[in-house]
Amino acid sequence: MSDRDRTGEDPRRRESRMAPEEITLQALREGRITSEDVTIRRQTLEAQAERAMAEGYPQLARNFRRAAELTMVPGETLLQIYEKLRPKRASHGELLALSQEIIARFDAPETGAFIREAAEAYRRKGLLRES
Amino acid sequence: MSVYLSKLVYGINIRHNCRKCAIGGFLRPEHLNLTCYLRRTEGRSMQRSRRFEVRSRRPVNLDTFVAEDPEMGLVAMDSPNDPVPSLVIVKGRIVEMDGREEADFDTIDRYIAAHSLDRSVAAEAMALPSLDLARRLVDITTPRADLIRLFSGCTPAKLCQIVSHLNVVEMMMAMQKMRARRTPGNQAHVTNWRENPVLMAADAAEAALRGFDELETTCRVARMAPFNALALLVGSQTGRGGVLTQCAVEEALNLRLGLKGLTTYAETLSVYGTDEALRDGDDTPWSKGLLASAYASRGIKIRFTSGTGSETLMGYEDGKSMLYLEARCLMLAKGAGAQGVQNGAISCVALTGALPQGVRAILAENLIAASLGLEVASGNDAMSSHSDMRKAAKLMLQFLPGTDFVTSGYSAMPRRDNMFGGGNFDAEDLDDWMVIQRDMRVNAGIFPMTEQQAIAVRRRAGKAMQAVFAALGFPAIRDDEIEAAALAWHSDDMPERNLVADIEAAQAFLDGPLTALDAARALDAAGFSDIASNVLQMQRVRVVGDYLQPAAVLDPDFAAKSAFTDRNDYLGPGTGYRVEGETWALLSAIPQQRTAAEMVPLTTGAAGVRLVPRGPAKAGNDPAEVVLGLGPAFAEGLDRTLCGLVHGEVLAAIEEGVASQGLRLRMVRIHDTADCGLIGWQAARLSGSGVGIGLQSKGTTVITRKGLAPLNNLELFSQAPLLSREAYVQIGANAAAHALGQPPMPVPVRVDNMSRLRLIVHAMLMHKREIAAVNGALIAENLEMVADV
Repeated sequence: MSDRDRTGEDPRRRESRMAPEEITLQALREGRITSEDVTIRRQTLEAQAERAMAEGYPQLARNFRRAAELTMVPGETLLQIYEKLRPKRASHGELLALSQEIIARFDAPETGAFIREAAEAYRRKGLLRES
Repeated sequence: MSVYLSKLVYGINIRHNCRKCAIGGFLRPEHLNLTCYLRRTEGRSMQRSRRFEVRSRRPVNLDTFVAEDPEMGLVAMDSPNDPVPSLVIVKGRIVEMDGREEADFDTIDRYIAAHSLDRSVAAEAMALPSLDLARRLVDITTPRADLIRLFSGCTPAKLCQIVSHLNVVEMMMAMQKMRARRTPGNQAHVTNWRENPVLMAADAAEAALRGFDELETTCRVARMAPFNALALLVGSQTGRGGVLTQCAVEEALNLRLGLKGLTTYAETLSVYGTDEALRDGDDTPWSKGLLASAYASRGIKIRFTSGTGSETLMGYEDGKSMLYLEARCLMLAKGAGAQGVQNGAISCVALTGALPQGVRAILAENLIAASLGLEVASGNDAMSSHSDMRKAAKLMLQFLPGTDFVTSGYSAMPRRDNMFGGGNFDAEDLDDWMVIQRDMRVNAGIFPMTEQQAIAVRRRAGKAMQAVFAALGFPAIRDDEIEAAALAWHSDDMPERNLVADIEAAQAFLDGPLTALDAARALDAAGFSDIASNVLQMQRVRVVGDYLQPAAVLDPDFAAKSAFTDRNDYLGPGTGYRVEGETWALLSAIPQQRTAAEMVPLTTGAAGVRLVPRGPAKAGNDPAEVVLGLGPAFAEGLDRTLCGLVHGEVLAAIEEGVASQGLRLRMVRIHDTADCGLIGWQAARLSGSGVGIGLQSKGTTVITRKGLAPLNNLELFSQAPLLSREAYVQIGANAAAHALGQPPMPVPVRVDNMSRLRLIVHAMLMHKREIAAVNGALIAENLEMVADV
């Protein structure tokens, strides 16, 4: 995994605290709105997860919780995780390592568990990279 | 027939000389046309019926129809190879599903068992007879929420068994109730093959103003994606604030476009119902699940794409029915946490549709998706038939009950500019769509607008793009491009643009720091503050995230209408979504509609004749006289017949005809009736020869004789729109012939089967005017014809 993600493309390391009602045309004119201010936030997705759970959509809620975790993950890293989950891209060990790294680096336990579950399924169904 | 079909299916090249399939001289799969083939092979020994021959050239016979063959995967639903529903849960663990033991689960089974099935209701749901659940789908006293709960515990085979009990009308009933969002919607495709950003913005603006909730573009040249996405954003927010947009490109680019604030949704996440097909697409359930979360983490609403027929097309259908495999896809999508799907055969529609009950299966897959709680963008986007009748009939299955998006891409432009392979319904079909909505009082997501509204919003979008391009340093947009985009039919009408320069600038835009916020600033600075505000609002909504909810769209105030906020509460008549109030006013007021006064104007005094009353009409005794009775409004409030002849010309023609036989015409005004038969009857009673003609203002004419009953006659010319001047001359001559005891000649009548259809409203309005002129107190009076000056 690369640490040299191109941050210019993905302004998500710093989360804005600007309230939605502060995002106005006047604020834009005064130069007070940056890309970070209008990027989806971890908290937004956690709130949507709670709403989905309350409405009886547990799968959607789980997706939003994983998404909340992934707000902290840079774009290129995100695409690397996706690539490794495609058929026969990674060994069992690599997937387990990826799972642990995601949990440790980005506080992403649900995503980590999801990757670990994939590792197990891939081992049984021949979807791991053949060495 | 099956012999030929299996030959075709097995891909044997057959020499043929059918004109339709002339390419190459060999029957290619895309040119399979049974009728042509049979004609050639059987033509020498078999007689041909001209009627069969004519029908064989109808558009529907350009479609391909194939017999069921489950071993080949050619079965839409209920394959003999489909599993029997079953579910065994031991200590909270699914150990058997649809006849397969856990050890034999494929990856999709495994994913469904782990993520999709709700084990807390599975025992209850699976124990209920499928027929009972099918009836609950249609039962108006069972609310949607109860069914969503039960369906969450059903296996794929169970879902198929349930919908298999429903005929299409029952499926439509169920769809009306199970749709996630109360208010139906629609999505448009907006593309053009020249990748002209000005035209794209203009098309997006018009589509947004027409009421589409989502706009989807893609690109021919991948590097144009940033400009296409920008054009869609600026254009859509010019037309109507809150319209969601997407640019269908590969995942990495898609995510970057979302990050720049240019797009808000994606539906490029395809899934398939067998492990082999899924792997062929280079994915697993887990990779797709991760991708779903990745998109959500960037604030992009996603729906999965699936549909019957795809596995068969890829050759990995495992002998199962298309619907069963689709049910697996849908459970996979749900398990991955997708809020919805685009399904309904989609690009495989012609394959599913080639099979018996294929179109029914397509509605069944939409219904299964809705019953799983998923948003449904219900297909109708890829070309489904050569026949307009067949296309429209299929469309009605989603159009009438309403789905979250009736089409997953209505082509806002002409077909050749549609970069998704041509739209099933496109810019040419819009008026048909509007009229059908008005006919049925149905909201299928597109609203009428006037030509001037369309031109204005298109021009404004072009100007907005011009301002953005100028401020951000992109290649300039000229005024003539804006004008062309405002008025264009398709992209050939656009002036040349330097595509190379656009691509370079688009790439620099993608790689550089500029975002949608910069576009908003540019719009504001150029005086387009309302559009700037809309573009900014589309950024602000990310902070709230409500548009990620199931079936969410944004209203003009940027509030989400979703399964959570706009709940489908259908419980039979008087409940659920109804087309009322302002919506109905807008949908019913198509621009073609005219008022009664506009259709039949009051007299302009241009009747071409002036009729001067000359006292009460008495019965005549001159045997050389034919009496013409005129309706009360003739040349007196009304001016022309339905055929468009001015009244003076009609009178001159009849007089000419009567005179041609050496007789004389007397004209009388009948005041006390508007009925053609009675006008003629009175004229005959006054006539010295005993022959009278009755003439209504709209031109309907009767020839009758004294002594006949009022509703009897000698000759009746009831089709007024078909009576030309020549016809009236002959009518006059025939009336005289009847008076002279000579045989009448045939009256030349134009044959136009559409005239009644075209003029029935005019006829009714004119007759209404004639009736209004009736005065029962007045007796018939003689008239003198004075040429109008």
